[in-house]
Amino acid sequence: MATAAPAVRRQVTTMSAKRRQEALAGLSFMVPALIIFLIFLIIPIGAAVYISFTDWNGISPVFEEGAYNYIGTANYSDLLRGYHVDGDRVVAASIRQRDFFIALKNTFYYVIGVVPVQTTLALLLAVIVNQRWLKAKGFFRTAFYFPSITSSVVISLIFMFMFTRGGLVNQALASVVPGYGSGNYVNWLDDPRGVLHLIFGQFGLTRESAGAWAGQRVLGLTGWEWISGPSVTLLTIMMLNIWTTIGTMMVIFLAALQDIPGHVYEAAEIDGANAFQIFRRITVPLLRPTIFFVVTLGLIGTFQVFDQVYVISSGGPAKTTLTVAYMVYQNGFDRSAMGLASATAIVLFVIIFVFTILQRVVVRERAAV
Amino acid sequence: MATAIQSQGVVTAARRRSVGRLALATLGWTVLIAFALIEILPFAFTVANSFKCLPAVQSYPRALIPVPPFGVSCVSEEGAPLPARAVSTPTTFNPTLQGYEEIFDAKLPRWFANTTFFAVVITVLRLVFDSMAGYALARIRFPGNRLLFYSILGTMMVPPVVLLIPRFIILKHLAMLNTYQGLIVPLAVDAFGIFLMKQFFESVPGEIEEAAMVDGASRFTMFLRVVLPMATPALTALAIFSFQGTWNDFLMPLIILSGKSDLWTLPLGLSFLRGAYGETLRWHAFLAGSVLTTLPLALIFFYFQRYFVEGISYSGLKG
Repeated sequence: MATAAPAVRRQVTTMSAKRRQEALAGLSFMVPALIIFLIFLIIPIGAAVYISFTDWNGISPVFEEGAYNYIGTANYSDLLRGYHVDGDRVVAASIRQRDFFIALKNTFYYVIGVVPVQTTLALLLAVIVNQRWLKAKGFFRTAFYFPSITSSVVISLIFMFMFTRGGLVNQALASVVPGYGSGNYVNWLDDPRGVLHLIFGQFGLTRESAGAWAGQRVLGLTGWEWISGPSVTLLTIMMLNIWTTIGTMMVIFLAALQDIPGHVYEAAEIDGANAFQIFRRITVPLLRPTIFFVVTLGLIGTFQVFDQVYVISSGGPAKTTLTVAYMVYQNGFDRSAMGLASATAIVLFVIIFVFTILQRVVVRERAAV
Repeated sequence: MATAIQSQGVVTAARRRSVGRLALATLGWTVLIAFALIEILPFAFTVANSFKCLPAVQSYPRALIPVPPFGVSCVSEEGAPLPARAVSTPTTFNPTLQGYEEIFDAKLPRWFANTTFFAVVITVLRLVFDSMAGYALARIRFPGNRLLFYSILGTMMVPPVVLLIPRFIILKHLAMLNTYQGLIVPLAVDAFGIFLMKQFFESVPGEIEEAAMVDGASRFTMFLRVVLPMATPALTALAIFSFQGTWNDFLMPLIILSGKSDLWTLPLGLSFLRGAYGETLRWHAFLAGSVLTTLPLALIFFYFQRYFVEGISYSGLKG
């Protein structure tokens, strides 16, 4: 009896020692990841927020006295309202506001144009590739996926090559479209005209004939500027983006489609559903989580479009390909306004976050109906 | 009588259905082939034009068929550039290595070596660190396990653009800008890789590890001898994704390595070369550079295709 008690206690201590040993092992497995995340991810996130409240230029050593001033929300105010209040003085910054809303407008047109098109096309292609009668599934999957493994810089160069004035695209169009010749080639890579403006023009609607609202300034831009649509050059970059990402998204959809058991379709066929009804009533509802995932990927990617703009157009012509991500780079590294650039980046982060959540809510509600 | 009509109705319905199916199949094939051409033709034109003389690229970009003589010189004996017609027709062209020679003179071999070095080192480090972290999160109980996992998952939400400036500042203060380690260390671990490995380790049964534990193996020995060998499929997928991502990365090298041309990667070198040329792009050289940048990944892709596809689908991100 007396001898049993210490034995039990020893066992208890070895148990807790073992647990401590486990905890130690677990943490030591995590150490490299934790250190790198802390220094290059967690601290930077905090730093980005802090810098956005300063006027730091990115050049003067940040830990030295007087390297920067804490200016509160002035950067955010400049971007969103076009002025900030310094003491009892109002400092105008209408160019900052204008640039920001131009970039925001371009980015929104980019996202709205790219995400639905790439998602729909990817889904369509995946559904066709998934058909039982289709041979050569592997070939098509490879062909569609191949562009996604290629560097964005290389893709941009290839598109520039194809879309130059006398390039392949214009030559191909000239051989198909009557009346389209070297005299009236579209200058894809250097055309600031808005696509919607061009379409309105076809119906006789111009800035002059549109009425007073067209000249009204809202958030730094006139009403007519807001409804420009993407410029021809931005449209070219949008096509590039769709062309590149269809493959990845198709593969994701295909994997999800192959998880839908065959008997679900068979049952529907026996019930007399046609191909379209099956797609509408069975495939799409079952794919809802995948659609959410693909759209989220698309939103995050398109809101941050940078590489293609950097290589192809550097924000031009006439700022029509200036995107928010490119503006962050330009302000921070070309114009030495790190504080303003950080504020722009934070605003972009908030926008992406809000859209992802919003999208989630929409998909959820649809699922509930 | 009634049954005859009825069966006739069934036959026509069946026929109508099979006609409809045929029409759908034809439509499906047409769409697929059209899109396959749209996705693949640009690459075909890129390869063909990379082997042309510059005037031929400008005049006859759509010539796809190489014909002898091969390896022509693009200049006449007097050193004047040959006109496009001398080395090309609208459909055929005489191949040359001019573009490749030019891009080689522009330091492409150096960029190629740098890119390979970065991609290999970063991939190896990620394989080690991501799998360690993923294993700990999946299998080992320690305080803060869940919290750490969700924090890591949360960092995937933060766009790289937000991290651009603070990362630049931190690297500047650590005197790591324009150094090899400046690009390698921040990328040596990635949240996606940890997530992938954790998902994988959770999907394999724990009995083998328990047996090894009973035999008195330490966590570390067990990880090396038992766990890692089982994880080959996940490690392959991670290696491929990470190699591809690092090889193609543009934003991080742009911020970290711009100042020193000896450290440039292929995407960085090509983009700066494009900037230096301005409007008059030397397309044959650019396209040669594009081919050489894409080739290694293309070979890896064709060899490991299965893993690309599996990796995408089983990163668990399906939903």
